[in-house]
Amino acid sequence: MSNLAEQTLDAPVEHEHGHEHHHDTDSQDILGFWLYLMTDCILFATAFAGYAVLYRNIATGPAGFEIFDLKYVAIETAALLLSSITYGFAMISGRRGNKSAVLGWLAVTFLFGATFIGMEVNEFHHLIAEGHGPNVSAFLSAFFGLVGLHGLHVTAGLIWMAVLMFEVAKRGLTKPAVLRLSLLSLFWHFLDVVWICVFTVVYLKGVA
Amino acid sequence: MLLGKLTLDAIPFHEPIVMGALGGAGLMGLVVLSLITKFGKWGYLWREWLTSVDHKRIGVMYIAVALVMLLRGFADALMMRSQLAMATDGAMGVFPPSHYDQIFTAHGVIMIIFMAMPFMTGLMNIVVPLQIGARDVAFPFLNSLSFWLLVAAAILVNLSLGVGNFARTGWVAYPPLAELAFSPDVGVDYYTWALQISGIGTTLTAVNFLVTVIKMRAPGMKLMQMPIFTWTCTWANVLIVASFPILTGALAMLSLDRYMDFHFFTAEAGGNAMMYLNLFWAWGHPEVYVLVLPAFGIFSEVVSTYSGKRLFGHTSMIVASGAITVLGFMVWLHHFFTMGSGANVNAFFGIATMVISVPTGVKLFNWLFTIYKGRLRFEPPILWTLGFMVTFSIGGMTGVLLAVPGADYVLHNSLFLIAHFHNTIIGGAVFGYLAGFSFWFPKVFGFKLNAKLGKAAFWFWQVGFYFAFMPLYVLGFMGMTRRLNHTDHHEWNIYLYFALFGALLIAAGIGCQLLQIAVSIYQRKKLEDNTGDPWNGHTLEWATSSPPPAYNFAVLPQVRDIDAFTDMKEQGKPYAKPEHYDPIHMPKNTSAGVFMGAFATALGFALIWHIWWLAIVGLVGIVVTLLTRVYDNHKDFYIMPNEIAHTERAAADSRAKEVVAA
Repeated sequence: MSNLAEQTLDAPVEHEHGHEHHHDTDSQDILGFWLYLMTDCILFATAFAGYAVLYRNIATGPAGFEIFDLKYVAIETAALLLSSITYGFAMISGRRGNKSAVLGWLAVTFLFGATFIGMEVNEFHHLIAEGHGPNVSAFLSAFFGLVGLHGLHVTAGLIWMAVLMFEVAKRGLTKPAVLRLSLLSLFWHFLDVVWICVFTVVYLKGVA
Repeated sequence: MLLGKLTLDAIPFHEPIVMGALGGAGLMGLVVLSLITKFGKWGYLWREWLTSVDHKRIGVMYIAVALVMLLRGFADALMMRSQLAMATDGAMGVFPPSHYDQIFTAHGVIMIIFMAMPFMTGLMNIVVPLQIGARDVAFPFLNSLSFWLLVAAAILVNLSLGVGNFARTGWVAYPPLAELAFSPDVGVDYYTWALQISGIGTTLTAVNFLVTVIKMRAPGMKLMQMPIFTWTCTWANVLIVASFPILTGALAMLSLDRYMDFHFFTAEAGGNAMMYLNLFWAWGHPEVYVLVLPAFGIFSEVVSTYSGKRLFGHTSMIVASGAITVLGFMVWLHHFFTMGSGANVNAFFGIATMVISVPTGVKLFNWLFTIYKGRLRFEPPILWTLGFMVTFSIGGMTGVLLAVPGADYVLHNSLFLIAHFHNTIIGGAVFGYLAGFSFWFPKVFGFKLNAKLGKAAFWFWQVGFYFAFMPLYVLGFMGMTRRLNHTDHHEWNIYLYFALFGALLIAAGIGCQLLQIAVSIYQRKKLEDNTGDPWNGHTLEWATSSPPPAYNFAVLPQVRDIDAFTDMKEQGKPYAKPEHYDPIHMPKNTSAGVFMGAFATALGFALIWHIWWLAIVGLVGIVVTLLTRVYDNHKDFYIMPNEIAHTERAAADSRAKEVVAA
């Protein structure tokens, strides 16, 4: 996807003033955002490490296989993965300068993302109601911590997406708007990759 | 409900020492504020400094914060040394443990996070863009924001003096002691939120400067041609980007334990306190290299400049710094060999630790070879450097000794350890920053610092250091552990007295430095630097005037050499005047960073005292200010050619005046 982002930005930079060679600030923004994503990646790595250390420490509470509903999580996962594809369609439309298609695909992406978060909140609520909250055991603390960290990121991504939809609707597909769309694209796909790790390490390994 | 846990009881009216300190600090603050008002400088301060996105001004503000916090952290040090010199032979001294424990915790946190880090970041801010021939950093607004996040965190730490209390856990805040069950008050929360907020600022700074050196080097400058200080800062930034998120994660887990009854590190329900130690030091050990690598860079610049030679082994210096960066991530466990992870694991980490002395040794020899056959000029920066080379070598050797797991079992948590890390951090990082301070001061302000007082400061620091810390090595061997509040071993007393004497000598050194700044401002005409190149420098920061214009370089310099400015001088064409100037695109100043910092302060304070409505206000305030900034369409402006020509002519005239005078 980063390819797509770069292609969009490789379009010749128009200098309104035309007399000073600007350094290519778009490529700076993208590099800076990549570096930020890598710091975020290490934050997730820390949460994963914590989970790996603590997942056997179930104290008096349940183990993963007793509480995970793999089918439910599979639907949740599908929603998030599909949202990545639809975000890709939004970027393609953005490259073609098709504003209404961008808004449409972003709306679809938003709905998939909101579905994912809604299902996650429901799962958390269900677990806590059953008496399997994060204060029961170190395993549940690490589980809620790791999955919740990802959920917070997706929520932030949704808020960002709403802001960008508003921007595109109001100001159109300006150059800065397209840049911001590609940055959110990086963020969104990154969260997708992290979720695949969460799904594997937490849920698949949990029921295995 | 409106004020959460906050009540009037939070203010320590019954503690005369704390109230006295508060009164003194309040009085000083009032004096400063009324002076600013009297001279009508609020508008100037706001427009030219607080809202500035100029890397040089942000750098100056970082160092100002560092110096203020140095005074506070050092006051803590004096209190500790006085307490330990008085509380001997069973006497209890003046500070009860509940207060004393806050003092040593605050001392550690302040000196590392709020003195050393901003000092390093400030020097990096001022120098790196100039050294690579850039006009600013990649993200000037982000730079301002990072600074104001640091200020927010510093405000929280200082608030803890008067509102509530600070952590009593030591600067590492190990659980289970740092958990709610054993630290039920707000002390640890002040600690975690201050570190979180400043940590985010530091991470953003590192990202900013990595992009800057990758994308904004002057035309022709290859990566391996970057000046050595820029390189060591770059390695430090790599370390920051890779390690600070671990601290963020660890502190977030600790906060979840404390706020929402999670069990990451608790002593019950399967929590694992040792995981905190691992995570903390996976950040904490790289952090010490974050502090010391830029100092190594400063020593390199100073040694080559004052020897009048090129740096010996520029490439090997870069590679050695890279080796330290990588190895710095593979040694964290030596902070707790006593965890009992087994002989093989301890042996691995012990050997990895010792291996770090190899690239460090490479550097030391490079400096020696640079001096060899050079003609040293004994200005203060080179004194700090020579003092460092001797002092740091001792600290390095005691470090290798501590890296032997068997020896560490004996010396762990003793004053030997305290002596060791002060030996490396003061003798390494702080000496480096002070060398850099006097080295680059004329670049920033246009006049040199008084050298006599600089030399006096150095000797007080240097001698004071040995008096203060060599006795601690002995005390460590005699079995004195760290963080003791009072002692009852008559044979220890003499060493504790010597240590206090040493601390007083260092106080005299700091006094000389404050005096030096005041005297130099008074003598600024006499000490004026008209050329922009007072030390016959090698790198691009000396190619522009002192202080540099807002745009740094009227025309971006063409680089063909590691010592780009020396190269220009050898070619006989420094200060070449171009045929015409192009307009320069610059960012406008913005108050968004100040406001986001203010909201972050409110957010931190609210989280510490459980004032939830204020927390929401703080968070929403941050987001709204950020969005307002992002969607502001008037973020930059152009400096026009006639203005540039005017500024450049003034600089050329000033240089010509100097040549005539010489």
